[in-house]
Amino acid sequence: MKRTFTCIVCPNGCEIEAEYEGENVLSVTGNLCPKGRTYVTQELVDPQRTIASSVRVLNGELPLCSVRLTRAIPKDRIFDVMREINRQTLEAPTHIGDVVIQDVLGLGSDVIATKEIAKVS
Amino acid sequence: MTEKQAVIIGGGPAGLAAALRLREKGVKDILILEREKYLGGILRQCIHDGFGLTRFGESLSGPEYAQRFIDRIQAEGVEYITECTVLDVSPDKVVTAASKTRGLLQVRAQAVLLTMGCRERTRGALATPGTRPAGVYTAGVAQSYINLQNIMVGKEVVILGSGDIGMIMARRLTLEGAHVQAVYEVQPYPSGLPRNIEQCLNDYGIPLYLSHTVVEIKGRERLTSVVVAQCDERFRPIPGTEQEVPCDTLILSVGLIPENELSLAAGVELDPRTRGAYVDEHCQTGVPGVFAAGNVLHVHDLVDFVSLEAEALADSAAEYILSGSLPACPLEVVAGQDVGHVIPQRCSGTRDFTLYLRVRRPLNQVSVVVRQAGREVLRKKMRKALPAEMILLAVKAAKLTQDANLEVTVE
Repeated sequence: MKRTFTCIVCPNGCEIEAEYEGENVLSVTGNLCPKGRTYVTQELVDPQRTIASSVRVLNGELPLCSVRLTRAIPKDRIFDVMREINRQTLEAPTHIGDVVIQDVLGLGSDVIATKEIAKVS
Repeated sequence: MTEKQAVIIGGGPAGLAAALRLREKGVKDILILEREKYLGGILRQCIHDGFGLTRFGESLSGPEYAQRFIDRIQAEGVEYITECTVLDVSPDKVVTAASKTRGLLQVRAQAVLLTMGCRERTRGALATPGTRPAGVYTAGVAQSYINLQNIMVGKEVVILGSGDIGMIMARRLTLEGAHVQAVYEVQPYPSGLPRNIEQCLNDYGIPLYLSHTVVEIKGRERLTSVVVAQCDERFRPIPGTEQEVPCDTLILSVGLIPENELSLAAGVELDPRTRGAYVDEHCQTGVPGVFAAGNVLHVHDLVDFVSLEAEALADSAAEYILSGSLPACPLEVVAGQDVGHVIPQRCSGTRDFTLYLRVRRPLNQVSVVVRQAGREVLRKKMRKALPAEMILLAVKAAKLTQDANLEVTVE
C-alpha cells in the first residue's frame, strides 16, 4: 500500500510518501529527518495528537487559564479528554506547569496549566 | 523630557527578545511601552502548542513561550509600562505616549525599536457584499473571545481564508463544541502551513475548498447564511456556482497587515510588498536610529524567527547606541523572478546577514539563487517552495563585493 502523509512533528511539514504492509512501514521518502519515519509508523498503528484548551479560574485576574497535554494521546480520545478538561475549575493564582489533571483517563499524559494568573486583589 | 538609550514600542515577542539582547550587549537604559495590560503580545491568546521548537527544542504553548522572556525581563529589571498607548514617534526619536498611571509621557530615545506586530484584514478590506449582522469575526478576535474572555462565538461556523490562525480556530471551535462546516480559500493553494491543514482540518473532518470565496453575507440581527461561489484564476466568482450555506458565524482569516501608523509618523518609508519598513541588514529603517523587526516588518509564520530577527535587530541597535553609527548599506537587495519580497532590502556587502523571502506561488524542485552582477553568490535547492513558508538564507560577506546590487530569484 502507498499513502502520502503530511508530518506534523515540526513546521517543516514534510510530505512523506510511505509504502507499507499492514502496520509495517517498508519505505519512506520525502522526510527531512528520522522523526518522519517514526511519525508515519505511529500514524499507521495508533495516530496520536496533543490538544490545548482552557479551564475556568476562580478569583483570578483573568477568567480562563490555558492548559495543554504533556504527551500526545490517541486521536480518538480527544473529545473524551476535552470533557474531562471542561469539568475542571482552578483557584488563582495559577502557575505554568501546575498539574490540572494527572494521567488524564489513564492515557499517560497530564493536563498542565500554561499561564501565570495572579489572584485578584 | 526623559531620555533613554532605547525605547521599544510593543511588548510582544519581538520587543521582549530585543530588550533582553540589548541588555546583554550593555545597553541598560531601556523602556518598553505596551498597549495591553500584560506583556506577551498575541502569544497570550495562542494557547495551542508548537511554539519554541526551533528555539527551545520543545513544543510550548504561546503563553509559555512568552513567559520565558517575561521572567527574564522581570529578573533583569528591564523597565516597562503596560496599558500605555504610544501616540506619536517623531523623526528625531521623541516618543509620545499616554498611560493610565503616568499620564502623558515624552521620552527622547537614542534608538527607537518598532515592534508593534500586525493586525488582521477585516470584512471591510474584503468589501464582501451583504448585510451587517453580528457573527462576523476575524480569527484573532474570535481567538481572544474564546481563549481570553471565555465567550463562545457561535455554533455553526464557516471560515473564509486558510491562514494559520483560521485553521487553528477551526480546531479550537470544534473542540469547544461548535460545528465548523468548511474553510473556503480564494486562491488555488492554501495560505497556511501544511501541518495545520493536517492537524487542524483533516483531523476533524473539516473540508478545505480552494478557489472559493464568500460572495454574500445574509442576516438581520445575527448572521443566518453566507453565499459561497467558485472563483476563476483572477479571483472572480464564477456565475452559476453560488451555493447558500446556513451558519451563524463567519470567521475571517484573510491576511495580516503590519501595523505601521507610528512608523509612518516617524517618517519611515514602507515597502508596498511587505507593508512594513524598507530596512537594511541592521533592521534599520530609512530613518537613522529607528529599527523594526518581527511582524511589524514582515509577517512571519513562526514566533521563533520573530525572536531571532529581533535579537539581530538588537545587536545592531546596541552597536548604533554605543558607537554612534552603523556601516553604510549602499547595495540594494532586489526581489527577482517568483520572489514575493525580500528582507532586508539593503545590505553593506561587508557583513554576513540573514535574508528572508517568500515565493510568489507554490513551486516544486527549484533553487533560490542570489546573484551579484550576474555572479552566483548563493544557491539553495528546495524540493518544495510554498508562499506559506518563509525562506531564510545565510548570506556570507566573504562571497560579496561592495560594488553591485544583489538579485534574488527562484528558478
